[in-house]
Amino acid sequence: MSNFAQTFSSSLGKKLIMSLTGLFLCTFLIVHLVGNFQLFKDDNGQAFNSYAYLMTHFTPIKVVSYLLYTSIIVHALYALILTMGNRKARPVGYAVQAGNANSPWTSRNMGILGTILLIFIVIHMGDFWWKYHNAELPYAKYEISLDNPQDIKVSELPWDAKRLIHSDYVDTQAGKEIVVSKDLYKVVAKAFTTPWYVALYVLSMVALSFHLIHGFRSAFQTIGWDHKKYVPLIRFLGVWIFGVLIPLLFAAMPIFFLLKNY
Amino acid sequence: MSGNMNLTLKVWRQKNESSKGQFVTYKAGDVSPDMSFLEMLDVVNEGLVKKGDEPIHFDHDCREGICGSCSLHINGRPHGPKHGVATCQLHMRSFEDGQTVVIEPWRASAFPIIKDLATNRSAFERIQRAGGYVSVNTGGVPDANEIAIPKVIADEAFSSATCIGCGACVAACKNASAMLFVSAKVSQLALLPQGQPERYRRVQAMVAQMDEEGFGSCTNTGACEAECPVGISLTNIARMNRDYFTAKLFKEDEV
Amino acid sequence: MKLDAKIPEGPLAEKWSKHKFNLKLVNPSNKRKYTVIVVGTGLAGASAAASLAELGYNVKAFCFQDSPRRAHSIAAQGGINAAKNYQNDGDSVYRLFYDTVKGGDYRAREGNVYRLAEVSVNIIDQCVAQGVPFAREYGGLLDNRSFGGSQVSRTFYARGQTGQQLLLGAYSALNRQIHNGKVEMYTRHEMMDVVTVDGKAQGIITRDLVTGKIESHAGHAVLLCTGGYGNVFYLSTNAMGCNVTAAWKAHKRGAYFGNPCFTQIHPTCIPVSGDHQSKLTLMSESLRNDGRVWAPKTIELAQKLRKGEIKVTDLKEEDRDYFLERKYPAFGNLVPRDVASRNAKEAVDAGKGVGASGIAVFLDFADAIKRLGEDAVRAKYGNLFDMYYQITDENPYKQPMRIYPAVHYTMGGLWVDYNLQTTVPGLYCLGEANFSDHGANRLGASALMQGLADGYFVIPYTVGDYLATIGPKAVDTSHPAFAQTKKEVEDRISKLLSLKGTKTINEYHRELGLIMWEYCGMARTEEGLIKAKGLISALREDFWKNAIVSGINEEFNQNLEGAGRVADFLELGELMVDDALNRKESCGGHFRVESQTEEGEALRDDENFAYVAAWEYAGDNQPEVLHKEELVYENVKLTQRSYK
Repeated sequence: MSNFAQTFSSSLGKKLIMSLTGLFLCTFLIVHLVGNFQLFKDDNGQAFNSYAYLMTHFTPIKVVSYLLYTSIIVHALYALILTMGNRKARPVGYAVQAGNANSPWTSRNMGILGTILLIFIVIHMGDFWWKYHNAELPYAKYEISLDNPQDIKVSELPWDAKRLIHSDYVDTQAGKEIVVSKDLYKVVAKAFTTPWYVALYVLSMVALSFHLIHGFRSAFQTIGWDHKKYVPLIRFLGVWIFGVLIPLLFAAMPIFFLLKNY
Repeated sequence: MSGNMNLTLKVWRQKNESSKGQFVTYKAGDVSPDMSFLEMLDVVNEGLVKKGDEPIHFDHDCREGICGSCSLHINGRPHGPKHGVATCQLHMRSFEDGQTVVIEPWRASAFPIIKDLATNRSAFERIQRAGGYVSVNTGGVPDANEIAIPKVIADEAFSSATCIGCGACVAACKNASAMLFVSAKVSQLALLPQGQPERYRRVQAMVAQMDEEGFGSCTNTGACEAECPVGISLTNIARMNRDYFTAKLFKEDEV
Repeated sequence: MKLDAKIPEGPLAEKWSKHKFNLKLVNPSNKRKYTVIVVGTGLAGASAAASLAELGYNVKAFCFQDSPRRAHSIAAQGGINAAKNYQNDGDSVYRLFYDTVKGGDYRAREGNVYRLAEVSVNIIDQCVAQGVPFAREYGGLLDNRSFGGSQVSRTFYARGQTGQQLLLGAYSALNRQIHNGKVEMYTRHEMMDVVTVDGKAQGIITRDLVTGKIESHAGHAVLLCTGGYGNVFYLSTNAMGCNVTAAWKAHKRGAYFGNPCFTQIHPTCIPVSGDHQSKLTLMSESLRNDGRVWAPKTIELAQKLRKGEIKVTDLKEEDRDYFLERKYPAFGNLVPRDVASRNAKEAVDAGKGVGASGIAVFLDFADAIKRLGEDAVRAKYGNLFDMYYQITDENPYKQPMRIYPAVHYTMGGLWVDYNLQTTVPGLYCLGEANFSDHGANRLGASALMQGLADGYFVIPYTVGDYLATIGPKAVDTSHPAFAQTKKEVEDRISKLLSLKGTKTINEYHRELGLIMWEYCGMARTEEGLIKAKGLISALREDFWKNAIVSGINEEFNQNLEGAGRVADFLELGELMVDDALNRKESCGGHFRVESQTEEGEALRDDENFAYVAAWEYAGDNQPEVLHKEELVYENVKLTQRSYK
């Protein structure tokens, strides 16, 4: 076995893979969140749809996104491998185990939390990513006044296989910018007005919160980034930014749509 | 003496490594709160021997918390409910009259059961042998004050070196991981100047042996640190990880 | 047989270097043809096994624990002495030598002690090189403290666990040799007997404690590093497994036993709390630097305290008797261990003991807390206070500690010559198991020093001389002596297992301990000792009729292990009493009530007892034969110790 193969097949190496993929996924969350802020804009999804197009069709981002999918798969796969190894390390369990006395619940249930998240990701991608790429969705046509960008007129165009997913041109005569986009925003808006779907999202974000409260800090510990002066910062980021703020903002999106429609 | 307690013990009994074990219930009567947990078991054993039964086997020796022999999982926790002590220093006043106490051996495939509550912890021995030393022969060493070691470093190395090798970290870990134990030794020598020449070899050798022994991997739950009778800190694990990855990815030392 | 200590001729300071030169060397290419057996892997055993393996010998090492790291050397708290003179306070090899001889009440060999002091400096170098984390100053250099009433600061320490750190150092050196294949390590193996062939030690019989298998092992030399026998008292600061079996079996095979009655009683231990007590916990001697020892002035007050009618904090200053300060104004609470212990016993015997049992005196920190503040006291003694609180559930910051002396160390042990060889050629004895360096009383922080001196720096030279002499002829277990000894071992085990009486092993052990403590403990009288002899002999007889030993041999059987050890203690106990009876003087830890000064202090009799009593086993139920090794003092003038 080569040195590197040996390194990554060791227990520490596998953990390093978990850590690096996990941290990469964390950085993605920030990007994803910032992008999704477009949903809060009151523009009938014009910004959001443009953003969706950018994310799926700009080559560097596409490369990164495949890295991302790989990370998710590797993260889940190695979690499975490690869990099976860990089960084998204690074939006979304790009759009584007072786990809460010595460790936080989240740290002991990363597998369950991760499984919830994986299921969520599959649903989430199936509903949006898959549909966006493959489903016969209607289009939204935005007519944006060049004088006043706040003045946007929107109309729906039916599905047309020949139409570009996204087009953008300026009609100088009309003084308008015409944007035609496959209307992912509508799909999102519709989904987020379904209560059970919103509930699933919120629940998943709770799982994300717990997963990151432990996971973020744990990733640094695994890499060995442990420094008296910086550990408090990592803990703060792990708990308050990744554990609370980010999941909260993600959860706010479906809730926002749900409330908007009531 | 008034204030004595009566307890119900559910004790894991297993004849030897290959046989099947089960819980057996015993009554421990007239238990003084001043007894240590092991002394309470001594009394139960005296009763068993007198009845012609086999006494409960458990490892123990110094009974002052330093040799690391004692190893009981009591009511779901290694070394019982009290923080920062080994079982031998756990006193019965930490229990209540009428309580049921479940006593189990350390559970890990790397620690096979020898009998009842005694386990074979020789996996720890093999890990230490793989590299837990500074390769110096007797004699021919420099004067002890030749190397000045900053007090903070010396103190930190000392804290890592206080590990008593009891295995509570493995017992507490939901993955039966030995990371705290291994990292404590790796850290002690990685911190000190004497350990530098073999620093990156040592960490690779010891981790490789740890993996070979079949311990689980670390998921940073912190249960090991919380249950360690001498308070070995998780920082050691981070330090070992750092050294291991540095060794594997950036150093040319191989084992 | 005339005892020959083989102390080299010449001036004290040159004896060891000259001797090293005169010792024969083994050709480097021949070393791998020798096997050395090391029994016990504490400080002495681990350091010896590692050092011999480094030289190229094959080593087979044995311990009854599941790891060498668990040997009881690990429990030593205080520190290790070395004549480094790092503090520039006037220490020297000669001063350490002098202090040790004087502290031992002039019952140790000058030559041995000087060598001990000489190599003490190498030990520290060796340990530091191994990575032992000794305490350091802010400048990065090693810190020292003064210990056990010594006037210089020569004690190196690692917080309150110097023993563990030194043992882990030796253990790591041993591990390295196991890894290199030079040491074959047998854990959970107990030595059951020594095998002698043509009068020379050539192997041992062991029992695998997990499977019960009785095994024979052959070697060119056998090193016993099996620790002290303080557990003969049942309650002691020793670990539960500490035993005399290896040394005792060697004794029965011809090794003389030196000064068996010399035991050290440590003054500051946590008192017994009840019949269930299985061991006693020592608290470092350093507590006496700031704690004041006292007992209630009157028996009435003591009684009221015991019954709980008054609280200790109610006692006024004039109701307290700070007896050490009163009797020894010069040294006060810092008198040597034996003196402090005996005075505590006197107070208790006079009915002034405290605690529910009445067997304790106070060690009070109220003044120190007032003077230095609670935080300063915590910084100095925090871990000890916590330990006391944990065990007794009494807060020593709020009320005085209760302390009482407990058996801690045995200065006696197998008689060895200057080469650490017993009277059986090829059989060596190192560390606490031998009798050699501490005389009648061991000074604080000297046990670790001796164990490591023997293992690292003495035996690698001296055993080589013997091996060179006998030559590298292969040894194996085919000699009939092995089969014979093995059979004797098996017979004894069968005999033990056949005992299905009514009394447990523990009960016998406890009873023996009470006899030893009462009659052969801190104060010994002729009358008491004679009585004890009868009691022990009757107890032993009863043991072989009425004891219960459960289980079978072919399994992990802790009850059987205990039975074998207690059976040996029952024999040793009687020899200790014999030795105490023979030594009509008081010296060090051995206080004969008949031999005291007018002020009640120990009175030595140098004219008649300046010798090592070496006892020869003469057969079952035969009185042992006393041999005397006269102690010659060429450098130190014998004086009466005075701490007034």
